[in-house]
Amino acid sequence: MVTQKREVWSGRSVFIMAAIGSAVGLGNIWRFPYVAYENGGGAFLIPYLVALLTAGIPLLFVDYAMGHKFRGSPPLAFRRLARGSEFIGWWQVFVCFVIGVYYAVIVAWAACYTFFSLSEAWGDDPESFFLNDFLHMNSDATFGLDFVPGVSWPLLLVWVAVLGVLALGVQRGIGNANRIFVPLLVVLFGTLVIRALFLDGAVEGLNAFFTPNWDALTDTGVWIAAYAQIFFSLSVAFGIMLTYSSYLKKHTNLTGSGLVVGFSNSSFEVLAGIGVFSALGFMAQAQGVQVSEVVSGGIGLAFIAFPAIVSQMPGGPLFGVLFFACLVFAGFTSMISIIQVTLSAFEDKTGLGRVPAVLIIGGFSAIVSLLLFPTTTGLNTLDVVDRFANQFGIVGVAFVAVVVIAWVLRRLPELRDHLNSVSSFHVGTVWQVFVGVITPIVLGYMLFSEIRDRIREGYGGLPDSLVTTFGWGVQAAVLVLAIVMSFVPWRRDVDLGYEEDENRPDSVTVSIDKTDSREGTEPGGNL
Amino acid sequence: MNTSAIVMMILALATLWGGLITSVLHLRKHPDEPK
Repeated sequence: MVTQKREVWSGRSVFIMAAIGSAVGLGNIWRFPYVAYENGGGAFLIPYLVALLTAGIPLLFVDYAMGHKFRGSPPLAFRRLARGSEFIGWWQVFVCFVIGVYYAVIVAWAACYTFFSLSEAWGDDPESFFLNDFLHMNSDATFGLDFVPGVSWPLLLVWVAVLGVLALGVQRGIGNANRIFVPLLVVLFGTLVIRALFLDGAVEGLNAFFTPNWDALTDTGVWIAAYAQIFFSLSVAFGIMLTYSSYLKKHTNLTGSGLVVGFSNSSFEVLAGIGVFSALGFMAQAQGVQVSEVVSGGIGLAFIAFPAIVSQMPGGPLFGVLFFACLVFAGFTSMISIIQVTLSAFEDKTGLGRVPAVLIIGGFSAIVSLLLFPTTTGLNTLDVVDRFANQFGIVGVAFVAVVVIAWVLRRLPELRDHLNSVSSFHVGTVWQVFVGVITPIVLGYMLFSEIRDRIREGYGGLPDSLVTTFGWGVQAAVLVLAIVMSFVPWRRDVDLGYEEDENRPDSVTVSIDKTDSREGTEPGGNL
Repeated sequence: MNTSAIVMMILALATLWGGLITSVLHLRKHPDEPK
């Protein structure tokens, strides 16, 4: 029987670039500065670093080990880990599907605003422009299908671009796109930060951002915020890094590459903090108010505060183009990675070729996205789906995945040995403690407290019907679908494909069910 | 900028960008084995 050969990156530099492109997304630019400011300013650096070293990078290594060792999309990798754990992989796939369908909308908004910046189309009221003129927001309706062409068409173009890149394949499409867009993003964002630093009031913004509030370190919420930022920002434990590492060649330095990716992501975040707070400092000075009065994050920062800054500063249109183009590039490379998870899973499961998978799975994702979000009620829907996909989807599946790998199947030693067999930076007992003890505790706490709060308080004052349908309902559907998909038979001989894969690790022999080689060499123990 | 903000900014840049530079140098010293 002839099996389909798995695609591979041409080298580790392409993989690293793609992984950085995935990790550096909208959250780096619009979430980190706000979270850091709200949680101790300069003092936030300490919990943030601790979270990066004790959870972010260790989990990144787990993803790399799973993808590289078992050479498959999340469902296939988990199936090869243990047949009963396949549903975890599908859970990750459907979480990515949900995130992908709304993430595209934000990229489309940013693309529109790149052009709006040229003429400062928002006039003197960016908030009203965004909600009323651009989104045509209907604050009364909970859900509707009243489409806004000004958002639908750009959204369609975003989907065409993303699916076009994915249709070209792992190396030619994803690899080349990231080789262009990631360096471009760094250059454009670097230019933006330098410009922002020379604005009047930038120093006050930096003071607000970096002045430490040491009392914050005694607040549990601040530490949880640091771990949450690291989890969401690094794209760990929900299938993306696992999928990307499944295309690596046999001899690839996994942990060495992971350190570069982890520190690149955080380096970009701190750069974003400097740029965003310099600009907010300028805005505060221009309005004659304190920086604390103009601080915002997320959609409010990007589509309301930044347009106001652009309007107030000399050379504003160019600054606006730079900012929104950065959002587009950061979002685009992240979205490519999110959708690739879903494509690779269905390719593995059904034997679909790349282009048919793009047309069927990618096309379906695009249709769902185009039906739900470019509407007069799309903003509220997006808000709910986003909150639940992050706090329940990502955190829930990450929690279950680490508990199953570390405690139910007890396979961390095997993954440790795999990492050490190909990597220069060895991991050992400390890494196992980080993955097996610290991350489940933090993730479990985050999940529990979010469930408690949402049950008690609902979400954001939005109607219960919206929260129930697009929050709880979507996440429940994701879980049910994941379990159902794990019972659907694999349509081709995936085990034979694994045995014939020239990039399969040497240590794995004959049958997938016999891969439980828990005895291994002692680790080098660098971490 | 006030002193404590300057110190924290330098610390953040030194640890995160320093970590990036160190990890890049480490990786360059360890090229992947040719197949």
